[in-house]
Amino acid sequence: MEWNHKESTLENTDGLESLLRDLFGSQRLAVLATQREGQPFANLVAFAATDDLKHLAFATTRATRKYANLSADSQVAMLVDNRRNQVSDFENAAAVTAIGKAEEAGGEYRVRLLEVYLSKHPHLKGFATSPTSALIKVNVEKYDVVRRFQHVVELRVKP
Amino acid sequence: MKQIFALEEIRDSDRTLVGGKAFALATMVRNGMNVPPGLCVTTEAYNDFVSSTGLQGRICMEWGRKRFEDMRWEEMWDLSLRIRNIFLNTPMSTGLVDALSGPISSTFNGQRVVVRSSAPHEDSARASFAGLHESYVNIEGTDAVLERIKLVWASLWSDRAMLYRQELGLDIAKSAMAVVIQEIVVGERSGVIFGRNPNDASQAVIEAVYGLNQGLVDGTVEPDKWILDRKTGRIISHFSAQREKAAAPSHDGVTLQPLLPEASEQPPLSPEETGMVYDVAKTAESLFGAPQDMEWTLRQNALYVLQSRPITTGRADQKDDQRPWYLSLRRSFENLKTLRRKIEDALLPQMEDEALRLANQELAKLSDAELAEEIGRRTRIYDQWSGIYREHFIPMAHGMRLFGEFYNSAMHPSDPYEFMSLLGTTEMVSIRRNRMLEGMASMIRQDEKLAAQLTSGENGRLPEALDKALEAFIDQFGDLSCGAEQCTQGRDAMINLLLAMAKHGPPTSRFQRQGFEALKKEFLSRFSGEKKDYATELLDLGRASYRLRDDDNIYIGRIKGQVVRAVDEGRTRIKQRGAIPTKDLEAAEIIRALNDPSFVPETPVPPDKDKAKGNLKARQLVGQPACPGIARGSARVILSQSDLMSFEAGEVFVCDALDPTMTFVAPLAAGIVERRGGMLIHGAIIAREYGIPCVTGVPKVTSLIRTGDEITVDGYLGIVILSSVR
Repeated sequence: MEWNHKESTLENTDGLESLLRDLFGSQRLAVLATQREGQPFANLVAFAATDDLKHLAFATTRATRKYANLSADSQVAMLVDNRRNQVSDFENAAAVTAIGKAEEAGGEYRVRLLEVYLSKHPHLKGFATSPTSALIKVNVEKYDVVRRFQHVVELRVKP
Repeated sequence: MKQIFALEEIRDSDRTLVGGKAFALATMVRNGMNVPPGLCVTTEAYNDFVSSTGLQGRICMEWGRKRFEDMRWEEMWDLSLRIRNIFLNTPMSTGLVDALSGPISSTFNGQRVVVRSSAPHEDSARASFAGLHESYVNIEGTDAVLERIKLVWASLWSDRAMLYRQELGLDIAKSAMAVVIQEIVVGERSGVIFGRNPNDASQAVIEAVYGLNQGLVDGTVEPDKWILDRKTGRIISHFSAQREKAAAPSHDGVTLQPLLPEASEQPPLSPEETGMVYDVAKTAESLFGAPQDMEWTLRQNALYVLQSRPITTGRADQKDDQRPWYLSLRRSFENLKTLRRKIEDALLPQMEDEALRLANQELAKLSDAELAEEIGRRTRIYDQWSGIYREHFIPMAHGMRLFGEFYNSAMHPSDPYEFMSLLGTTEMVSIRRNRMLEGMASMIRQDEKLAAQLTSGENGRLPEALDKALEAFIDQFGDLSCGAEQCTQGRDAMINLLLAMAKHGPPTSRFQRQGFEALKKEFLSRFSGEKKDYATELLDLGRASYRLRDDDNIYIGRIKGQVVRAVDEGRTRIKQRGAIPTKDLEAAEIIRALNDPSFVPETPVPPDKDKAKGNLKARQLVGQPACPGIARGSARVILSQSDLMSFEAGEVFVCDALDPTMTFVAPLAAGIVERRGGMLIHGAIIAREYGIPCVTGVPKVTSLIRTGDEITVDGYLGIVILSSVR
């Protein structure tokens, strides 16, 4: 995805939010960071974001290490970026780190979240709806948005 | 770009949009040849369908599960079945339906049609892949035509197409399929012509049958054959067929009907008519600039060309790749019915007699030389039956496939294997055997004193009922501790197994008669009249195929068991000579040692068990979901018969290939994991029968998982997770 938002719009909340929506819409995979007993663990997940940016969602089977880690400690970070593995990334790429708490989505909210998730990843229907899979909802507390290599702004998410 | 064309609208620049078959038909139409009127649904429509529905991503996921090189032929079939079901269950967008229905209903106006593939890669001069993709004959109504278009699209991913994917350039991102829809011409006589005989360039060949040429194309009706001089069309020779049947349109398909006596005495073509067919082939050859392989039909003395493609030489399959052979075994319904009769009425009883004859022979009375001779004789008998097994029993398994495809087309189930619930629960020998075992286990379960006695190892005197049952069992099924290599622990091993079963409680079969009856009723209610009779017969055939698939292993296992018995007798005698380790001796060495008392076999080097490197460990392995459910337990990797006899209740059964001679422990297993893949293999069948979570088709599983590993079997997603050791 091209980073074609005007620089001036990125210094206000609306501009930044619209940028996040574009980024989350264009990227299919995110890096999920979990930890247990002080040992961090990172892995790729197919993710989706709710339109209000309050939640990120991903699916996992319950027999995985990430699920075990999440069950022991719900604090997570997720990284979404648009790097292309080129020198120009240092100028153009953006990376967003979401910080928040994860929980297994349940009840009515799960139905809505699943819809959001499957509209982005329709081919993951079998995986996400398997009785052995959990749909995880990350309640995002804040986003750290990094551009131009070291320019960082923080966007707090209202609960 | 256009999604649908009339044949006469197609221009030279449209070739990739319409595919080889439609392009050839359009060329003939433009040049005044007699071709039934028709339409072509372009590759653009296919692309629109797979991209707008997210289907492309799903095909990618299905293809990505396993390296193609590691796939067995059954797994290819499974893969194509799953993809076919995804197409069946994905509706076309309203826009696409609108774009296609208008021209279809106005062109055919309710007339019956033929729906056929026209893939851009097929029928090119370089390679002809006739028969890889589906055709549907005698289809009526726009909705039915739209449905068949999806099925023809799905056949882009047929098992055979996958086999030749490199030659075809099959690529999920780029491949597409066009479809030809043509008015059906119900000719009285039909056939094919090869403008040049592939075996002799100076000749042309005509084959002809009465009725539609589906009977000829799928091999169910034997054709008359004429060899012609390629230059002049003069008849060089004519081979008459035994003319008995003709393919005729029936409901929405084709059936075989008996020929009237006057027709069966007459060749389907007169010499003048072979001349007509020859002339048409010559015209097409000059049009396309190369000799053609054409299908034609004669209706009221008018000759129609149904398709034309360049003649190509046969493709060379890799000699050591057996998969093309297996996939070529597709059989028609008629063919399978005949095969079933042969297996049930002749082959199985013969096998049973053979095993019984061998079992009744007293090996102990033979001299060493006679025993050596007997081992050789039994090995030859077994080899002969293995050949029969390959020739007759394996093709019979296609009865399940035939039924499965038919069921899915009629029912559109979300689970592509729902049809298996109608096939299972037939009276399989392995299930009958397990029931006898359970009967004995329950005697122990109900008698605490007996259980304690047996647990302490006092197996000498069994209560009469149990003793009798055990004898009857061994008579019928042999000693279960006798595997492919040897008998391990004799009767004691059987008793240990019964003890384990007694502790575990009775197994529950998942099958419920009510569910079966309801599903069967619902399935049959979709049809009426002749079609219903066909559905009923096909269900019966599918059930027989399912049952035989299993039983045949047991029958051939009995003969194999008799080879093992003779080899074991030889081993015992050599052991008595002392000083020779006999455990791993091959049959050939035993024969030699029996004949030559001075022969000392070399001590075999134990095979390297492909030890996993110390710093590499599997964490999660991908296979195919074969029975839904989740199970966690300690793995028991089954490499030999003694592993099998050490199996404990609650363990996960991990093996290379679970065959019916092993399944007596299946009811004790928490889960089943198998290297061999496929939904219709024995492991999957038995797992479904008992409702045990099962994953099949996991490459190298017996070396990646070790006995004692804690594993989780996810039978919904087809994955096996090894617990982490952090």
